[in-house]
Amino acid sequence: MTDDLPPEVTALIDAVQYEERGEFPVEQGYVWTSCASVENGNPLFWDAAVADAVTDGPIAPPTMLSVWFRPHHWAPDRTEQALPLQVHFDLKERFGLPEAVMTDNTIVFHEPVRPGDLLRTHQILRSVSGPKTTKLGTGRFWVIDVEYFNQRDDLVGVESYTGFGYRRGE
Amino acid sequence: MILTDVREGSVLPTLRYDVTATTIVVGALAARDWRPMHHDHDFAVNRNGTRDIFMNTPNQAAWFERYITDWTGPLGRLGRMKFRMKGSVFPGDTMSLEATVQAITVDGVDCGWVELLVSLTVDDDLKTDCTARVAIPTDPDDNPWRRRGDQWQP
Repeated sequence: MTDDLPPEVTALIDAVQYEERGEFPVEQGYVWTSCASVENGNPLFWDAAVADAVTDGPIAPPTMLSVWFRPHHWAPDRTEQALPLQVHFDLKERFGLPEAVMTDNTIVFHEPVRPGDLLRTHQILRSVSGPKTTKLGTGRFWVIDVEYFNQRDDLVGVESYTGFGYRRGE
Repeated sequence: MILTDVREGSVLPTLRYDVTATTIVVGALAARDWRPMHHDHDFAVNRNGTRDIFMNTPNQAAWFERYITDWTGPLGRLGRMKFRMKGSVFPGDTMSLEATVQAITVDGVDCGWVELLVSLTVDDDLKTDCTARVAIPTDPDDNPWRRRGDQWQP
């Protein structure tokens, strides 16, 4: 973090933001869709007997953690476009950076996520860099943690994202 | 596979995959990522300045998970993954996933861990590297998935 940050951004560092619940319970069909997308034949996800023996019943692939919080592309009565990882988009808007990419992603996996679970999450901004120029353009890097819990308040995982918001070079 | 079967420096079998536009789009939709750079060629090229639509981050994570657990089998339990994107994966690319065993450890609660350095390359150009920590059984009766609370320290 640098000292050139606006105070309203500095105030957000380490603050819990955007506490939310998933729009729908973890579902088996999406587990299969995800496995199919990468041709993942792990019997944990396809064979109920294996899942019973190894994980006491079906689970979702651990790397699907963020999937359960991506909002529907459309929903009735929604007046604004809902965006996942809202802190990332807030920073883009705050700094006037029209483009962004994710550069680093760390995921730590805790309790397994199971079909039927209804997860909740919140986002925590950890840091924002000073202005940087890369081959993509000029902008800032930021780190955002996303913590996930199940309906029993067990921690199921933590994702840390490093984003780079930028304006393309002329 | 159990921990004593693994050796530091061992190289995992390579996974090669011919990426198509369908690979990218199916992967993005499976991750519920509706952002246009993962399905709209015109947006990707003219707004993002990339050469085509490209594979999204969650789908890359799913590819890494599949690659690692192809090797460990279903008893392998991922504890941690850190990956860094250095370039994008586009339709027409043949991606290769390769990995080396960096370390083998047993933690204070007797959980066996393998640290892997995994790379995703296209034509030998590194696109993403990933360090992964995966628990595998320490003996034939062990099952990392049974670990709960303090017994699981990823």
